[in-house]
Amino acid sequence: MRELTYEVPATAEEAVAKVTGDEQARFLGGGTNLVDHLKLGVSTPKVLVDISRLPFDAVEQTDDGLRIGTNVRNSDLAAHPLVRSGWPGLSRALLAGASGQLRNQATTGGNLLQRTRCVYFQDITTPCNKREPGSGCSAIEGYGRHNALLGTSEACVATHPSDMAVALVALNATVVVLGPDGERRIPVADLHTLPGHHPEVETTLAHGELITHVELPVTTLAKRSTYYKARDRASYAFALVSAAAALSIEDGVVADVALAWGGVAHKPWRASRAEEALRGQPLEESAIASAVDEELRDAVTGPDNDYKRALLRGVTTAALSRLAPTEVSR
Amino acid sequence: MTARPFEARSMGTALDRVDGREKVTGRATYAVEHDADLDEAPLHAWLVTSTTASGRVLRVDAAEALAHPHVVTVLDHTNAPRLADTEDRELAVLQDDRIGFRGQIVAVVLAETSEAAREGARLVRVHQEAADASVSLDGAETYAPEEANGGFEAATDQGDFDAAWAAAPVQLEQTYSTPLEFNNPMEPHAATALWRDGSLTLWDSTQAVHGVASTLAPMLGISQDRVRVQAPYIGGGFGSKGLPHGPEMAVALAARWADGRPVKLAVTRQQMFGLTGYRTRTVSHLRIGAEPDGRITALEHAAVGQSSAVKEFVEQTAVPARMMYAASSLRTSHRVAALDVAVPSWMRAPGEMPGMFALEVAMDDLAEATGIDPIELRERNEPEVDPETGNPYNNRRLVECLHRGADLFGWQDRPAEPRATLDGDWWVGTGVASATYPASFAPGNTARIIALDGGRYEVSIGAVDLGTGSRTVLLQIAADALGVDPEAIDLALADTDLPMATVAGGSSGTSSWGTAIAQTAQQFRADHGEHPDPGVETTTTTDGYPSTDHALHSFGAVFAEARVHRLTGEVRVPRLLGVYSVGRVINPMTARSQLLGGLTMGLSAALFEDAYQDPRFGHVVTQDLASYHVAAHADVRDLQVEWLDDVDELATPMGSRGIGEIGIVGTSAAILNAASHATGVRVRDLPATPDVFSS
Amino acid sequence: MEHTVSLRIDGVDQEVSVDTRTTLLDALRERVGNTSPKKGCDHGQCGSCTVLLDGRRHLTCLALAVAYDGAEIVTASGLAGEGDDGELHPVQQAFLAHDGYQCGYCTPGQVCSAVGVIDEAKRGQPSHVTDDLEADIDLDDDEIRERMSGNLCRCGAYVGILDAVREAAAR
Repeated sequence: MRELTYEVPATAEEAVAKVTGDEQARFLGGGTNLVDHLKLGVSTPKVLVDISRLPFDAVEQTDDGLRIGTNVRNSDLAAHPLVRSGWPGLSRALLAGASGQLRNQATTGGNLLQRTRCVYFQDITTPCNKREPGSGCSAIEGYGRHNALLGTSEACVATHPSDMAVALVALNATVVVLGPDGERRIPVADLHTLPGHHPEVETTLAHGELITHVELPVTTLAKRSTYYKARDRASYAFALVSAAAALSIEDGVVADVALAWGGVAHKPWRASRAEEALRGQPLEESAIASAVDEELRDAVTGPDNDYKRALLRGVTTAALSRLAPTEVSR
Repeated sequence: MTARPFEARSMGTALDRVDGREKVTGRATYAVEHDADLDEAPLHAWLVTSTTASGRVLRVDAAEALAHPHVVTVLDHTNAPRLADTEDRELAVLQDDRIGFRGQIVAVVLAETSEAAREGARLVRVHQEAADASVSLDGAETYAPEEANGGFEAATDQGDFDAAWAAAPVQLEQTYSTPLEFNNPMEPHAATALWRDGSLTLWDSTQAVHGVASTLAPMLGISQDRVRVQAPYIGGGFGSKGLPHGPEMAVALAARWADGRPVKLAVTRQQMFGLTGYRTRTVSHLRIGAEPDGRITALEHAAVGQSSAVKEFVEQTAVPARMMYAASSLRTSHRVAALDVAVPSWMRAPGEMPGMFALEVAMDDLAEATGIDPIELRERNEPEVDPETGNPYNNRRLVECLHRGADLFGWQDRPAEPRATLDGDWWVGTGVASATYPASFAPGNTARIIALDGGRYEVSIGAVDLGTGSRTVLLQIAADALGVDPEAIDLALADTDLPMATVAGGSSGTSSWGTAIAQTAQQFRADHGEHPDPGVETTTTTDGYPSTDHALHSFGAVFAEARVHRLTGEVRVPRLLGVYSVGRVINPMTARSQLLGGLTMGLSAALFEDAYQDPRFGHVVTQDLASYHVAAHADVRDLQVEWLDDVDELATPMGSRGIGEIGIVGTSAAILNAASHATGVRVRDLPATPDVFSS
Repeated sequence: MEHTVSLRIDGVDQEVSVDTRTTLLDALRERVGNTSPKKGCDHGQCGSCTVLLDGRRHLTCLALAVAYDGAEIVTASGLAGEGDDGELHPVQQAFLAHDGYQCGYCTPGQVCSAVGVIDEAKRGQPSHVTDDLEADIDLDDDEIRERMSGNLCRCGAYVGILDAVREAAAR
């Protein structure tokens, strides 16, 4: 771990100014991902700007929904009564992530910005385009069980590891970002990028832009939302794949559906094609499977991650089944 | 003299662990937690490892590291203290420029703080010349070793296998495999070392203090009495701390360099995947010829494993097939590939774990092929005498374990056909497997008993308690052997200044150390009577105890219920039961915990554990606890163990046999058999992850 | 770069000199001499380093000490009275009674985590296995298993740990 300067800014503007002006500076929030990467040598900043004491630690009800401070801890967000009743899929996604201790520490903004768990990204002795642009991708021909299958490129097949972000994408959340020129809003669905030729670029944020809040719109669909995560261990494991879903059924057919996947791409994946295929259909397992296949039309898999196609049919079915008012016919 | 059986008074009762308070408060001191015992602040050591699997170190450029504040020195093969003996290439660290595997120690950074040591290691530039490396077992050239781990013959051949196989009406031929598995004790390998006045003191995390001293001393070129090793608390080992590995020598050399200043080294979790041993990948080819009624007439177990070119290790995978079932024609063999990879070593039940996985899934295959209930099939193949030696068994109660387990588990309600039960979204199935482990005994253990004032006794032996409960159980044995209460005993352990003890491994510890204590207690009474004068003492060394004309083994039966999600392939194990015959259980509380722990590790192997050794690089890339999964709490559901009422005085004077390992044996097989019964999908390779079943 | 942070550790206020890179875990173990929290993985993947930080269970390996100036830390050692006869916390007593450990290395973290789990359940926090997110929490076996899953135990003492936490929670 490189020697570091540690700074505590008095205001968000000061924090943004400090990081914007210094390529070697990084925001420090809960630290669960950054400190890990400092030790591994994956991240080597010289300056840490601690934003954890900035007053973005409240969940507030607004006219349109919820406004969540970036420093709200994952455990507190998951347990918040308004989230539990109005956006249960978000609670479920948070509770499916990490462990009780980590959720007490990890922040909302930090969770969104966590970096891939690709084993090669974390091992600085192996090539990785994301860590060291141009060095090559070790995962494509290597340990492939966790590799992405949608939106991949020849440069990178890493997946985004967050559970929470998947739910936020399904629930049409927006991040509020403070930059040197003021505030802007970005839908969470547009926050993360696909790898393309530049897997080292992971979000549409400029260096120094700070997520200050996440805004959740209130909808009736969100009240019927859930999260299904398939993983090896029953707990304390990253997803193989996961599905955040929200569903409304009227007159026996899907009136509206929101669907996002984790563990499939460099970003939380909104399964818009699958949603489209399901709308107006009776909710049957065969219809769900077809919808998933439709979303996977452009998927690229290898022998180690081809199982994710079937698993996505499985988790999507399982998630939607939990929301269906009656048993989903097989 | 030889020890005699003696009356059990404390033995058989659940005496509380004597070190419980220290452990639940965290005040127990492990290998790098002895700063208070040192008269000077220790230096912190950090290992730098190779990034090529084969070749040599051209140059270690330490300039940047040395310029970093608080870095004191960087040792490499050019400036590290020399060893007197470098034959053991795993332990001869920093002695030459050869690189034998990726992850090998090539430099050691010493610094005043752990932060500086870590950064110093990052800043060391190791210039390496890479040579062609062979790192993949698949397609590698294999050879027949002279012997397998434990000193077993590498190959055996009884009867006429080829003829019996050819004549068998039922023929089963399948391949079963287990992946690279890592012990991953919760305490990473670590040591504090102090070199002073030509002597080495080591606070080590080891299963054998005397073993470390006797291995390191001659390599360091000093007499063994100049190496003192202490291991008061050990955060688990499961075999990986049974033999010294490279890091222990690295910290010893660093301490020698620092002459007089103590040095602490804690191996990182990631480095443990290269430097502290692991269970080799095993591939077992089984051929079983049987009569239509299930009786086996021909059995062949041919095992292939991974070894390292740096140091041979041959997992004795095919050994349990030699004694498990009656087969008039029996052939076993081992072959290994010497790869440019990290050195494999002991992991809980080497041989029995992967070997019985293969054999017990094969038995399930045979049950399916013959349409015979798996328990009945095992009964029909129960041998009268040990098939390998012809000796009678000491106490072979496998069938009783199977029957008792079947009753407890509700086996009679099991549908014969697979894929018969769907409960909600979960396919439900049950499976069974046999377990066995030899009743191991290591001679040469020495115990000393000194009479103290007030009817108290000091009992000393250099054994260690790596978490199993030895500190408590040996107290019970000493008390009963002397005929006093446990409170009257002061037990001293875990120090080479105490009498010689063998490794806490092979389920031999309690048997071997306990026998030494019992023998010494009996000699003490013969020498000094029931009312000894304070200060009198007796020391004896064992040269044997167990019957040599019996086949000495423990047995067990493991029952599992598995649930496999019909949509996602996720696998859960709601129930696991082990019924064992292990001789007398000396402490029911610690014994239960140890058997449950074995079941848990078997469950972990069944569902999760799978290290990916990258065939391009040669090192394990799933090198942490997030990518190499071990069972978490939520994975462990209703686990139960029971044991038969047993006393086996052929094995030990306590009537006990070792229990450290048998819990893992057969467990993975029972779970995979249950998953196959649930789904109708036969799985012959560990582990059974969701991708195996999702379709 | 050295900093001084004020920490209240097991009831004692301390000024601790740390490198900006020093984790809370290393600050406790190497600079304060409190080795109750253990280093099992150093990367947030095992839970051995768990303490109670400002009353909540918290890892110390992924926390830079400089960022915790003013924090109150209670380790497993601080949960018990001082010395060989100091009274143990009810969770610690339950771990002893149910043999919820073997080697003892993950145990201080398990104990701190269990204290946190019992408190979280009392405060009504749901978990991954809570069926109804809006109902009161019944800390049943499934809940305990899930909530304790951030603490790995390679000895496999989970059965005893479950019994211990169940008993301590009922007290």
